[in-house]
Amino acid sequence: MAPENKLDKSKMVVVEGSYAVAHAAKVCRPNVISAYPITPQTHIVEDLSQFMADGEIPNCEYINVESEFSALSALVGSSAAGARCYSATTSQGLELMHEVLFNISGMRLPVVMTIANRAVSAPISIWNDHQDAISQRDTGWLQLYAENTQEISDMTAQAYKISEDKDILMPSMTCMDGFILSHVYEPVVLLEQDLTDEFLPAYEPEHVLDPKNPLSFGAFADPNYYTEFRYLQEQAMQKALKKIEDVANEFYDVYGRYYGGLIDEYRTDDADIIIMAMGSIVGTIKDVIDKLRDRNVKVGLLKVRSFRPFPVEAIKNVVKDAKVVVVLDKNISLGLNEGALFTETKSSLYNTDIRVPVVGYMIGHGGRDIKIDTIEKIIDEAEEVMKTGIKIESQFTDVKEELL
Amino acid sequence: MKSLLAPGHRGCAGCCDAMAAKFALMGAGEDCIVINPTGCLEVMTTPYPETAWDVPWVHSLFENAAAVGSGVEAALKALGKADKAKVLVMGGDGATLDIGMRSISGAFERGHDLTYVCIDNEAYMNTGVQRSGATPFNASTTTSPAGKVSFGNDRPKKNMPAIMVAHGAPYVATTSIGYPKDMINKVKKAVDIEGPTYVHAHAPCTTGWGFDTSKTVEVAKMAVQTGLWPLYEVEEGEVTKVRKIGKNIRPVEDYLKMQRRFKHLFTMEGGAEEIAKIQALANKNIEVYGL
Ligand SMILES: Cc1ncc(C[n+]2csc(CCOP(=O)(O)OP(=O)(O)O)c2C)c(N)n1
Ligand SMILES: [Mg+2]
Repeated sequence: MAPENKLDKSKMVVVEGSYAVAHAAKVCRPNVISAYPITPQTHIVEDLSQFMADGEIPNCEYINVESEFSALSALVGSSAAGARCYSATTSQGLELMHEVLFNISGMRLPVVMTIANRAVSAPISIWNDHQDAISQRDTGWLQLYAENTQEISDMTAQAYKISEDKDILMPSMTCMDGFILSHVYEPVVLLEQDLTDEFLPAYEPEHVLDPKNPLSFGAFADPNYYTEFRYLQEQAMQKALKKIEDVANEFYDVYGRYYGGLIDEYRTDDADIIIMAMGSIVGTIKDVIDKLRDRNVKVGLLKVRSFRPFPVEAIKNVVKDAKVVVVLDKNISLGLNEGALFTETKSSLYNTDIRVPVVGYMIGHGGRDIKIDTIEKIIDEAEEVMKTGIKIESQFTDVKEELL
Repeated sequence: MKSLLAPGHRGCAGCCDAMAAKFALMGAGEDCIVINPTGCLEVMTTPYPETAWDVPWVHSLFENAAAVGSGVEAALKALGKADKAKVLVMGGDGATLDIGMRSISGAFERGHDLTYVCIDNEAYMNTGVQRSGATPFNASTTTSPAGKVSFGNDRPKKNMPAIMVAHGAPYVATTSIGYPKDMINKVKKAVDIEGPTYVHAHAPCTTGWGFDTSKTVEVAKMAVQTGLWPLYEVEEGEVTKVRKIGKNIRPVEDYLKMQRRFKHLFTMEGGAEEIAKIQALANKNIEVYGL
């Protein structure tokens, strides 16, 4: 049984999502922050800059870099020198970091970065989807997706604890939907400094750049050695599967708040139809589920919190008795006509005894509004699949034919 | 003086990068952290699990060494260790003048306390002698080869030291591995000055330029003696010191004929006029710096 979220309403304040995240980053006591402004991440870095200007982050340097490429590059140096490091970006900025993303994870530097997810250009769009982070799937970063501002703020502390664990030492992206979460004003409990000091130990890396003990970081590996570096990264990802669960539970013990570990479930116990999704859309889906449950539609939600590492076993466990699985993706792999969560869910079930039809919907690209009606229609179609089987395996949602 | 770069690395015989790194470390001393972008120096010194570095060393990518250096410096400050280590970035001409330009510009504009040493062997040596923004006029490289209708690289070297001066760096110097004391002293001076400082070291590459492995130092000296590579210091924007050549000045032919990359200038029709253009570049330096 998942622990019950005990939100202390008396501690709640109404702030912008970005502020909650910036505050959380501050409370985690970073030593170096390095970031470059890009909509809709800007408020996070502006709030952090104000904290710096007000002297509210002790033992911390904020580097006002000239690009996202340098933002993350600087953190290679800072993290290797023993600093706890933070950055935030989105979309074009994240894509510009691509090469550095591999570098950070390959060097096993536990940097944490908030992504205010946004569509990628062209055409240029500042609005939300998940294409930016999903396109960085194979770079060796943990990718955690949050449902609301409370979760993304709390996830910051969780991410440091997971990433910095000696068995893991892999960087994390904590993902929040751009605008939908970054710019919304909602009541939240701001991450508590005293509890965070209890929850998150100081960062004490084993290997640092230090003249007293000169080590070489980032050597080149010939074919005799390269494979093992990759293998060990994958081992760390596999260990992170358990660590993410453990840390979610430890977080609950200290703060009383819980959002799931690798995944979370909503009304799945007897569900014939399971909807899978990541991010803020989960809130809308829950509302639809409540409505349809009143009409005796047996539908439940599987919220994926961890996209990397991918929670294969946890997903199998939830969907094994369902009659149909519907996967919603705010991204597309062009040329496959599928979203990543859909593809990977199917692949998790292949070669197993589980024989449940899985259908995919690509939805909300470039910030297109996802309406309750749309979700209801998708669930209607899922009921059809239960009766007559799959007609369309994967499809775009809400395409405006008149614009084509 | 102790060498902080161990022997046994994979550099060619007569390797300029190894000499440059060794001299730079002699100047910086053992309490430094080295940041090294991708290039010959990085590849030849750190074949995992070996390393030639007796100082802490980090390599990240080709184009971000100055940003990584910024991060190291910021971390040392934040952790209260700024007085424990100098931050020394050492990169090739490609990593500095071309692909790393944004990153070095940002780091210098932000004023980090670090020293950047450019080891200028005038091409992308690690990938097989392709031209860079530092390749001199009329040099033949694998991507600017001399041919029936080409004398090679058709642009003069980018004036990187001037660009760094324009960033307001408190100290910018040119040096050459042909003059080890000059290089050691300039790096030492650079690391002791607070703020971002820049030392541009001319470094002849036996493989890329085409001369005998025993001639690295001789070629380096000849570049200086012809006026093609002037040695000077700029402090707070003013030229404060110049190494004079005086009467011993040599014609550029003496330098060009030592190297395979300029061989075509002596065999192709019109070569003499091209050499005259190179002499004009040297004359300009002689005039500007009062060599
Ligand atoms: C982004 C990127 N582009 C290209 C390369 C390939 N590359 C590696 S080293 C190098 C040239 C290095 O030239 P330079 O900085 O002058 O150093 P040198 O090897 O000459 O000492 C190139 C082109 C790379 N590693 N990364
Ligand atoms: Mg070079």
